[in-house]
Amino acid sequence: MLVLSGRGQEFANRVSLESGQPVQQCYQCGKCTAGCPAASFMDYAPHQVIHLVQLGLEEVVLSCRAIWVCTSCYTCTARCPCRIEVARIMDILRARARRKGLHRGQRAALFADLFLDSVRRHGRLHELELGARWGLSTGQPWREADLAAGLVAKRKLRLRPPRIKGVEEVRRIFREAARLEEGEHG
Amino acid sequence: MRRIGVFCCWCGSNIGGVIDVPRLAMEALNLPAVAFSTDYKYMCSEPGQELIVRAVAEHRLDGVVVAACSPRIHEATFRQTLERAGLNPYLLVMANVREHCTWVHPDDPERAFAKALALVRGAAAKAARTEPLAAGTLPVTRRALVIGGGIAGIQAALDIADAGFEVLLVEREPTIGGKMVLLDKTFPTLDCSACISTPKMVAVAQHPRIRLFTYAEVVGLKGFLGNFEVTIRQKARSVDHGKCTGCGACWAKCPARVPNEYNLGLDRRKAIYVPFPQAVPNKPVIDRRHCRQFTRGRCGVCQKVCPVGAIDYAEEDREWQERVGAVVVATGFDLFEWAEAYGEYGYGRYPDVITGLQFERLANAAGPTGGKIVRPSDGAVPRTVVFVQCVGSRDEAKGREYCSRVCCMYTAKHAWQVLEKIPEAEVFVFYIDVRTAGKAYEEFYVRARRAGAHYIRGRVARIYPEGNRLRVVGTDTLLGRPVEVPADLVVLATGMVPAAGSGELARILGCGLDKDGFFQEAHPKLRPVEAGTAGIFLAGTCQGPKDIPDTVAQGSAAAAKVVGLLVREEIAYEPTVAMVDQTRCTGCGKCRAVCPFKAIELVTRQVRAGTAVAERVVAEVNPGLCAGCGNCTVACPSGVIDLKGFTNEQLLAEVDALCL
Repeated sequence: MLVLSGRGQEFANRVSLESGQPVQQCYQCGKCTAGCPAASFMDYAPHQVIHLVQLGLEEVVLSCRAIWVCTSCYTCTARCPCRIEVARIMDILRARARRKGLHRGQRAALFADLFLDSVRRHGRLHELELGARWGLSTGQPWREADLAAGLVAKRKLRLRPPRIKGVEEVRRIFREAARLEEGEHG
Repeated sequence: MRRIGVFCCWCGSNIGGVIDVPRLAMEALNLPAVAFSTDYKYMCSEPGQELIVRAVAEHRLDGVVVAACSPRIHEATFRQTLERAGLNPYLLVMANVREHCTWVHPDDPERAFAKALALVRGAAAKAARTEPLAAGTLPVTRRALVIGGGIAGIQAALDIADAGFEVLLVEREPTIGGKMVLLDKTFPTLDCSACISTPKMVAVAQHPRIRLFTYAEVVGLKGFLGNFEVTIRQKARSVDHGKCTGCGACWAKCPARVPNEYNLGLDRRKAIYVPFPQAVPNKPVIDRRHCRQFTRGRCGVCQKVCPVGAIDYAEEDREWQERVGAVVVATGFDLFEWAEAYGEYGYGRYPDVITGLQFERLANAAGPTGGKIVRPSDGAVPRTVVFVQCVGSRDEAKGREYCSRVCCMYTAKHAWQVLEKIPEAEVFVFYIDVRTAGKAYEEFYVRARRAGAHYIRGRVARIYPEGNRLRVVGTDTLLGRPVEVPADLVVLATGMVPAAGSGELARILGCGLDKDGFFQEAHPKLRPVEAGTAGIFLAGTCQGPKDIPDTVAQGSAAAAKVVGLLVREEIAYEPTVAMVDQTRCTGCGKCRAVCPFKAIELVTRQVRAGTAVAERVVAEVNPGLCAGCGNCTVACPSGVIDLKGFTNEQLLAEVDALCL
């Protein structure tokens, strides 16, 4: 049983403002869901995510799996008849979930963290490292290990971290992004 | 011996693709009385019609059979052809070999041909017995009656009067204005309802060609198209409006207080009252059911305080007759009585569960709260307002299957008004579908959503009190989850039902009602403002739920129909009507009982029986009213009623030719 009351409007307005999208304008036609390649892996379909925002059910929407399953392919955005950038709203929701610590336990969030950390440190992705850390973090270190041998043999997976010239510049980008985010929401 | 011509049409491949049409024409030549026959690709086309005209002249034909499509399609066309050929148009008989034959038997051409020939044989047999018929004319009383003074009746009355004809406008309430004048704002433009309807009310009162009868009812209607006689009953007002100045002393002092129907019971009025300050006429009536002078036999306060002596307790209801040529029914709607039907919403026990019309009065500056939206229970400003759509609409279990058409829009408007008038308010709308079929309606609905109205798809299952608030239980079918809303005020979007007394009025007027009790139009698409009875027209919600623009359009449409009738000095009627052989009629009245058009009356006539002349009661058909349905010819035990153009002799000959 969901109880609808009180502060709903406020949350919906905040999401609208942050995303620049008229969330209340959605009339729930479901076209976003119909085109979404990931919808069948979601606990709430994209149109339901929007609906939860409309109703102000902040905790439900920020702790749902759907916003992390979204691959940001932007098919929904391209198709929405109300001109709502659904994928943009998904972004905003992920960011809000992180700030509230509601991303913990979401595997997609963990993957994103490991991925970006690798990029930050090496300037570009070190696949083997990402694979190893992912295996260790999820408690299934050997699950995909059998694939690694073949990839290494074909030189698709490098053992050593990649080296690029602009590592320091990439790090600066990360620092700048963190600063901006803090400035916005600090 | 008659000389009948048979004209067989191919109708392209419709008939010609199934049967051998030239062979049909050839075989027709062997039928009795047939002097000529031929076939053609499209008989209804200009060369086809010319073929008939020429053949009539060349072969001296005195009867025509056209074997083609349904008479519903082209009977009128070929009647004109006969007229051009110099024949009486009623000497035409159509044999329907398309709808009745080739369209239904395309797989069996041989037997289809036999059937087509049989149909032609029947038609030729009838054609040999046709007689010329002439359309008669009747004079027209150039004056109209409009029943109901809501916006539909007002519009119709003004349009007819502006066209130069006198109008009698009869309204049963003490004022005109109907439901529209009660509304606060109208969707989707949000213009003030009173501002746009009260000037029209005044225009009616001041129009030199409109005679307004308020607090009056139509209690009888006799006659027919162009010549009705209506009986009007003026209910006793107990106030002489000739003397009354509308000063207000009487209602200021009246001691009796009763629920005010114009504010939907949200406040009280006196027993002598003007419904609202902008009422037309702006003079009071005494509600005798509540006046102490009538209920207790003593009081007399209003009579004492009236400075002009206008109060008359002894006034009686008055009835009189008027003649009119056309009638417009514009009796409007009532709200669905939800309280009895929806126990799950509290049977009307919770004061903060109100109807949409009550909400209008709350939001209206002229209403009981001066336009403040507050809870009826404690006068507090509601923070959370829940709207429930389709109460008494689209609900077969509650006996109301249809959509009331306006509720989606007025709910969107209410939602918008709450969000506009009450800062920090939260609005939830429970709906099944949102229907916004009108100009700028969808845009308005989007506007309400953007203002923050939460739309939840699902019907409310239950409303129950919780402390001094209400708990609304429903399901969000888009989330697939049950939801609950703690609410301060619940507004039910109650649907429209026919106005009380519609059934009785329909009986008086001889009009039909549809399955839901609304007045039935003559054709749902092509004759939407005509009743089944000639000379009676429909306007507004008496015909079915509709919004103000559609109601006004229908008022004007009905007026156009009335004007089109009244501009004529006299009207022609179809000659295919029933005819009584009064010399043999026994006056039993069975025909009158089965006539759906009230076209038969029993009259006393000098009737010749053999050599003697006697005064007898016999049936008489009014040709203006008779629609030629034939009920009476079947009901007549003496077999003395015939339908012209479809006489017993003609039909029997046709059946004989078909079957023998």
